[in-house]
Amino acid sequence: MLKELVARCKLGYGTIPFPAKEPILPDRYRGCPVVDTARCPGQCRVCAEVCPTSAVKVSADGLHLDLGRCLFCGECETACPVNAIRFSREYRMAARRRQDMVLPGTGTGTARSLDARMKRLLGRALRLRQVSAGGCNACEADTNVLTTVVFDLGRFGIQFVASPRHADGILVTGPVTENMKPALIKTYEAVPAPKIVIAVGACAIAGGPYAGHKEVHDGVEGILPVDLYIPGCPPHPIVILDGLLRLLGRIGK
Amino acid sequence: MESKRFLRAYNSCPVGLRDIPLVSTAEFRETVVRSVADGARLAALFGRPHGPNTLRLLAVLARSREGALFIVETEVSDCYPSLTVDCPQAHWFEREMAEQWGVRPLGHPWLKPIRFHYSYRPGYDAWARSATEAIQPSVTDFFQVAGEEVHDVAVGPVHAGIIEPGHFRFQCHGENVYHLEISLGYQHRGVERAMLGGPTSRSAHYMETLAGDTSVGHMTAYCQAIEALQGCIVPARAYALRAVALEIERLANHTGDLGALAGDVGYLPTAAHCGRLRGDFLNLTALLCGNRFGRGLVRPGGVVFDLDADQAKLLLEKIGRIYNNVTTAVDLLWKTPSVVGRFEKTGRVLRQTCEDLGLVGPAARACGLERDVRYEFPSGIYALSHIPIALGETGDVFARAYVRWLEIQRSVAFIQKQMEMLPGGPIRAATGELPPERLVVSLTEGWRGEICHVAVTDVEGRFAHYKVVDPSFHNWMGLAMALRDQQISDFPLCNKSFNLSYCGHDL
Ligand code: SF4
Repeated sequence: MLKELVARCKLGYGTIPFPAKEPILPDRYRGCPVVDTARCPGQCRVCAEVCPTSAVKVSADGLHLDLGRCLFCGECETACPVNAIRFSREYRMAARRRQDMVLPGTGTGTARSLDARMKRLLGRALRLRQVSAGGCNACEADTNVLTTVVFDLGRFGIQFVASPRHADGILVTGPVTENMKPALIKTYEAVPAPKIVIAVGACAIAGGPYAGHKEVHDGVEGILPVDLYIPGCPPHPIVILDGLLRLLGRIGK
Repeated sequence: MESKRFLRAYNSCPVGLRDIPLVSTAEFRETVVRSVADGARLAALFGRPHGPNTLRLLAVLARSREGALFIVETEVSDCYPSLTVDCPQAHWFEREMAEQWGVRPLGHPWLKPIRFHYSYRPGYDAWARSATEAIQPSVTDFFQVAGEEVHDVAVGPVHAGIIEPGHFRFQCHGENVYHLEISLGYQHRGVERAMLGGPTSRSAHYMETLAGDTSVGHMTAYCQAIEALQGCIVPARAYALRAVALEIERLANHTGDLGALAGDVGYLPTAAHCGRLRGDFLNLTALLCGNRFGRGLVRPGGVVFDLDADQAKLLLEKIGRIYNNVTTAVDLLWKTPSVVGRFEKTGRVLRQTCEDLGLVGPAARACGLERDVRYEFPSGIYALSHIPIALGETGDVFARAYVRWLEIQRSVAFIQKQMEMLPGGPIRAATGELPPERLVVSLTEGWRGEICHVAVTDVEGRFAHYKVVDPSFHNWMGLAMALRDQQISDFPLCNKSFNLSYCGHDL
């Protein structure tokens, strides 16, 4: 017991003060892209050409970036000759509605909380069942990390549980492979109503790098109703945590 | 090894497609079986279509004694005599080929699909299924054990924790496991098929997401293949930075796994500390490139992000600090008899089994096999700067855990050395088109073990075939063997000590 205590003293206290204090993100962190349509003359389209997932579109009504499809690879930023797209360090990116993820826009980052009834039910104790439906394990890992002492998800009353029967909702990662679709639906059905669905990562939102493959379903859309979208490939744990807390009305209005 | 039967090749050195010897099917079988019996290892075995009705089977044998690879091909149509009976290493490869191309390995002892998808060759199906017959994951025959008190325990695809899906069937007698059958395929996303005709703007992203926790490892293997095909000279600084990233990836995963192993035996101090320290390593990767998994760092020709002197200093400082903390957290394990007692003799894999199955990575090294690409087939900076190989002996959970700990120590020392003598100069060289009709085998030692990519180009220099062998592909069978004659309650512990990839396997 003594050696454990000595180790505990040496290693110290590891929990971060988020959301009371702003999180520390890596210097090179690529957060929410900023799309400056005014800068784009709409001619060259190199951004759209280099984008691996067609997240960037240049059309008659200007330049648009779909955060839900974005892999945050930064190729468009590098390619754009006039800096019409650049990656900011903004981590507040979760959205409640799919259409709010198209930039430029006003929708992302300020995801509204659940309605009063759902908030009353889930706001103090949210239990989630995680379903990996073809995720590469990065989204899963950065969701899992929320349960470590660093983020200490438990202090917000949020917990990942083993059985869908004990859950208030599911958190889905992965593009929903053909082979996982039945298990995903069964897991969802096993969750007692009322229930919520959270899509984490580019895959779960729109198929990610696998969009259009016949082996996948391009995300949860059209299979289950989604209550919260958390973009990224994978989203930084802070992005996920911020989204969850906003959904529960713990941050923001 | 007779040279006329094989084409000799080396890690990341391309060969002409037409130079690969094409032998009769009988000769192919004999050659492969014989050389494996003689100490070679089957690094890859795959089929690629050649004309409407024929298929070329290609074997890549790795022979560490010579640091060389040997390649041979044969041509088949819809069946051939199975190799598995005489060469168990071929077991899953043959199942994979049967599923992909509808080619039947005659006499294969347990021929079942492994990813559960339709055949890529219309009109050919190894199980004579029609094109309209629905294919459902894990709907297949499983081993059966009969008798009193004998029962099956089936778990998955959705497991209790936050992990990827797979289906496990334990054939048990009371608490005792006779056999474990592992049925995967739930994560199948069609990566290899999507690589055909490439490279495209998505190719790199497929590589970085083949197995998310091995983004740097798979991406390095891919880049090596592309660079070798093009004859691109990668700057030394890029090689060093890649190796630093690859070793940090190893550190993060090994640290996380040691924590998880501690958690599985209910020893929470190490579990809690290592969970956090794993994140500290991931943050080091983010220091390099902004992404915790190294996405966007490694690209053909070199790396995308450089480190200036201050950042290099910061990295060195941080790694020293994290390592000290990991040492404190992990030392608790070895000093706690109840932990060591649970690790020892649990999930033992015999050295012979390990050799027969062709296991790789820490799982193989834990059995005393000196199997490490960084040592056997070094490429990049590893060709100049060596990293001592970490070996165990007992092949049990303890050995697999301890090998990880040894590797943590050695990787830290290696990174420190690289950072102190970081070569100057550019970080990326220009890349161009791929040459036509070439084949290259690219090997990298990922944290789970040998990552093998084989790229084949067509007459126009596009990918005619792209084969990925994640270390998990070799090792899942090892986990099944480790469970034999164990308590079913030891499964989590055994599983964690291997920590294999589902999506790396399912592709
Ligand atoms: S979104 Fe990206 S990180 Fe998440 S599962 Fe898909 S490929 Fe992996």
